[in-house]
Amino acid sequence: MSVSVEVRNLSISFGAGAHAVKVLPGVTFSVERGECFGLVGESGSGKSTVLRCLSLLTDFWSGEVLIDGRSVRDMPLIERCRTLQMVFQDPYGSLHPRQSVRTVLNEPLVIHKLGDREERMRRAITDVGLPISFLDRFPHQLSGGQRQRVAIARALILEPSLLLLDEPTSALDVSVQAEILNLLQRLRYERGFTYIMVTHDLAVVDHMCDRFAVMLRGEVTEILPHEAIARNGASHPYARELIGASLDYEGIR
Amino acid sequence: MTADTHTRSLPGWLIALKNIVVFLMRSPTSLFGLAVLAILVLTAVFAPLIATHDPYVQALGNVLQPPGNGHLFGTDELGRDIFSRLVYGARITLTIIFLVSIVVGPIGLVIGTSAGYLGGKFDTVMMRITDIFLSFPSLILSLAFVAALGPSLNNAIIAIALTSWPPIARLARAEAMTFRKADYIAAARLQGASTSRIIVKSIMPMCLPSVLIRLTLNMATVILTAAGLGFLGLGAQPPMPEWGAMIATGRRYMLDSWWLVTFPGVSILSVSLAFNLLGDGLRDALDPKQMNRR
Repeated sequence: MSVSVEVRNLSISFGAGAHAVKVLPGVTFSVERGECFGLVGESGSGKSTVLRCLSLLTDFWSGEVLIDGRSVRDMPLIERCRTLQMVFQDPYGSLHPRQSVRTVLNEPLVIHKLGDREERMRRAITDVGLPISFLDRFPHQLSGGQRQRVAIARALILEPSLLLLDEPTSALDVSVQAEILNLLQRLRYERGFTYIMVTHDLAVVDHMCDRFAVMLRGEVTEILPHEAIARNGASHPYARELIGASLDYEGIR
Repeated sequence: MTADTHTRSLPGWLIALKNIVVFLMRSPTSLFGLAVLAILVLTAVFAPLIATHDPYVQALGNVLQPPGNGHLFGTDELGRDIFSRLVYGARITLTIIFLVSIVVGPIGLVIGTSAGYLGGKFDTVMMRITDIFLSFPSLILSLAFVAALGPSLNNAIIAIALTSWPPIARLARAEAMTFRKADYIAAARLQGASTSRIIVKSIMPMCLPSVLIRLTLNMATVILTAAGLGFLGLGAQPPMPEWGAMIATGRRYMLDSWWLVTFPGVSILSVSLAFNLLGDGLRDALDPKQMNRR
């Protein structure tokens, strides 16, 4: 079920000619099967851009992204969709305001010509801890946390093996954050997903991730195991400073 | 919660329609618009029952009679009953509006949403084409089309349709451009939805309300253009009781027989005013922010 991901020398620049801005100069990291890999860094360090490149939402990058040894570019669209899915940051913007939950979940099944639609939708909605009656609700009838659960259900319904999580909890209230994180944690243990998770919050990394990369201006400065947070085991000065600041803030030290 | 479960037993679009009508009834101006249009539609449907005379039968011994004497709005220069002609004219007006709208709406929506979503060269080409159409005043362009196609009601409808899609395409494009970067579009792409599927299923529903509003506001212009073409003799041909054409023929007798021009004029005025007011009301009713409140 789970897949490994290998990112080699991923680079991208926006704009053309003299105004071109190199956002990612060359990112390299690898994620093992069933691992949860974190990407942390300040705003604008290119974390989300990495995810958008992996999912081919932005496709003019160069370098190599291998999923289980195969380049994402070589995967046919249908297969790629069934391998990787993404959960977005803002649950208020990631659900179509005029589509009911049923439509949101039904669309991918129709596109991929899958059978047992009703059964699959019910399973997806119960998997994320929502009652089946929510299928007939519209996004404006849901709370932020419920919306994010629906967004996760939408990502799950195609039974992918790699989930790209783009700050899935940063738009949510602290108590709801914990619920969503626990939900993601549980799904990973049950299904053996591979996660690549972008976040600002080192506490989230500590809770969720096995390893994480600290990004600065588009470059991976250091890749660390999650135990390195508590004892601030980073060797790169920036990573050390970031973790230190976070520890100060949380009052752990 | 009980209200919620109650309304869910009805189909969704019916609830939406009911909500919109209830909302429109609340403001006097859109209520006026709605009422006038209801009268127009009922008149057109039941024209044979409402009309007191045959609109085509001439009575040369009874020409230019003032209102009264069995003719509610008087008679015209050929002795035909003006009231009955107005009643049958409602059918022509509605036909024009209906045909123009079902042609213009989809064309504008498809061109606008695809240009806005696809962007790039396709957008540039499509928008330059709409620019060309927009750069002519619509009445002048319709005149040119009708002159080329020959004067008749059908050609007038085609000409009006050809000239009134560009503003709608522009509007739909502007709306589509605000949604194309949204996360739910990205999610649809990640699910493997094709470009046409995204445009039809995700972009179009978002553009539809503003296009509907624009279409309703446009109907007033359509009526005026049709009446203008009729007035110039390029639209409906005699003896069809088209309102603009009625004014055109009545014009010659205007000084002595005011009723020939006044009643068709008032009809055109009130119907186009009604569409404008209704469009204004719809803009308030279909505003997504209002939608969430219900």
